[in-house]
Amino acid sequence: MGMTVTEKILAEHAGLDYVEPGQLINARLDLVLGNDITAPVAIGEFKKLGLKRVFDTEKVVLVPDHFTPNKDIKSAEQAKVLREFAREFKIKNYFEVGRMGIEHCLLPEAGLVLPGDVVIGADSHTCTYGALGAFATGVGSTDMAAGMATGEAWFKVPESIRFIYHGKMLPWVGGKDLILYTIGKIGVDGARYRAMEFTGEVIENLSMDGRFTMANMAIEAGGKNGIIMADNITKEYVKKRARREYKIFTSDEDARYAEIIDFNVGDIEPQVAFPHLPEKTRSVRQAGKVLIDQVVIGSCTNGRMEDLRVAARVLKGKQVHKEVRLIIIPGTQDIFRQAIREGLVEIFLDAKAVFSTPTCGPCLGGHMGILAAGERAVATTNRNFVGRMGHPESEVYLANPAVAAASAVAGRIAAPEEVAGDGI
Amino acid sequence: MEFNGKAWKFGDDVDTDAIIPARYLNTSDPRELALHCMEDADALFSQKINKGDIIVAGKNFGCGSSREHAPIAIKAAGISCVIACSFARIFYRNSINIGLPIFECDEAREIQTGDIIEVNAVTGEIKNHTQKKKYRAVPFPDFMRSIIDAGGLMPYVARKIKE
Repeated sequence: MGMTVTEKILAEHAGLDYVEPGQLINARLDLVLGNDITAPVAIGEFKKLGLKRVFDTEKVVLVPDHFTPNKDIKSAEQAKVLREFAREFKIKNYFEVGRMGIEHCLLPEAGLVLPGDVVIGADSHTCTYGALGAFATGVGSTDMAAGMATGEAWFKVPESIRFIYHGKMLPWVGGKDLILYTIGKIGVDGARYRAMEFTGEVIENLSMDGRFTMANMAIEAGGKNGIIMADNITKEYVKKRARREYKIFTSDEDARYAEIIDFNVGDIEPQVAFPHLPEKTRSVRQAGKVLIDQVVIGSCTNGRMEDLRVAARVLKGKQVHKEVRLIIIPGTQDIFRQAIREGLVEIFLDAKAVFSTPTCGPCLGGHMGILAAGERAVATTNRNFVGRMGHPESEVYLANPAVAAASAVAGRIAAPEEVAGDGI
Repeated sequence: MEFNGKAWKFGDDVDTDAIIPARYLNTSDPRELALHCMEDADALFSQKINKGDIIVAGKNFGCGSSREHAPIAIKAAGISCVIACSFARIFYRNSINIGLPIFECDEAREIQTGDIIEVNAVTGEIKNHTQKKKYRAVPFPDFMRSIIDAGGLMPYVARKIKE
């Protein structure tokens, strides 16, 4: 019996020739990640062990990105815990404000995650790196602490679901719509404990940024990891970034899948997930008249170059509706700089948007755009749970950057073609 | 080990933002987190409960973020254990790692707020004294039991490092 790409990566890191779903293994870790919310708890646990060093000073990554630049005194204290730990334990990959970005945009960009890696991160969206053909999964702080100490983690080998996307994508449809549509079909626990393997001609032609968006939201279907087999597009992306060897794994033809689900993407229009679960999806044309107060474009889901370019294409020469606040947040410093070079920031400012330093900020109701009671936002983020962006009586509607930008102009949830035609 | 307490019932897909909203994550002090436990699902929850009470929920409890602050908040609030039809993966793992007992039981749906519940952690038997019913929870796999027996993941790792 063959193995899936997820099984092969786990087997190799456990020093085994073969693994099967349900098997408990101990795997070697290529990277252990934490942020300003989760790492302080992990550091506390790690220190209880009384160790003098982490397993590898190059393989622990600390990114203060959630409440930074520090939003209040308590957050400043949390960020300080990371900074001091990084100095004391000589952590090479600590990213200070000015060098940092949203962790899941930053790590691939910096070449820290490569195809075939096993990565754990104390952040649920660590699954983003599956877009590179790596096995990456979110864990809690205690698992992070154990990972920093030993360079290993135990896993139950997950069953895999294979998703096949074929056909031709409609205008203004991107990775965000494919994944929202998928979650809408299978539900927020539709892939619970399982690997989501995204395949098919549409994925083979999807850009890296689109792939990151899809793998990023695997957790929103309960998935253990999302994964896309590395190909020429992946190789091109890592070519300029990799500073070490990597290995590409692919699923065998006779690999076993718990389920195989086929989608014709020609049926998929731009999606909107209504409050308060990512599975409550509709096509944007079926949204009805939903007036909005705020739009957020950014996050580890949609804060990359391609996302900003799409938003700019919609916003060029337009004005944000007078009763709407549009907040645009690039994922990293490099994306920030590139957006300036390409003239995107000019377009955003002309449209009366704000453009900020990288931060997770509003996505989790941290800072930089909190909603008041009764307010509604369209966001390119990943979760629309109760209170996610602020007051428990506020609402978040998830969408792609084109829908978000069009909605900012229209003052209500709007399809991109209403504001910007077919985008060509 | 046995747990006895009053049930507090929640629905399906209770997410970690409901268990402990991110606006309180600028601290990791368990006592402070406990004050806001379940706040966005039931604003007065932390004031209403008594030590030893039990959270009961539907499917996919603890979905969403990986914040360990969620099981920490529940444990620090004095909840003795959580019974749900199913748990989200990261929450399940975090609960074991920090020593919050959790039980998967399909019949959890029958339990109502106010029911007096008794759980035997070893046999997995759950008694609903109010409805005079018995249910059975899924026992932990052996591997997880060894982590629990060690007192959580960190003591387990400490032992392994010594070896």
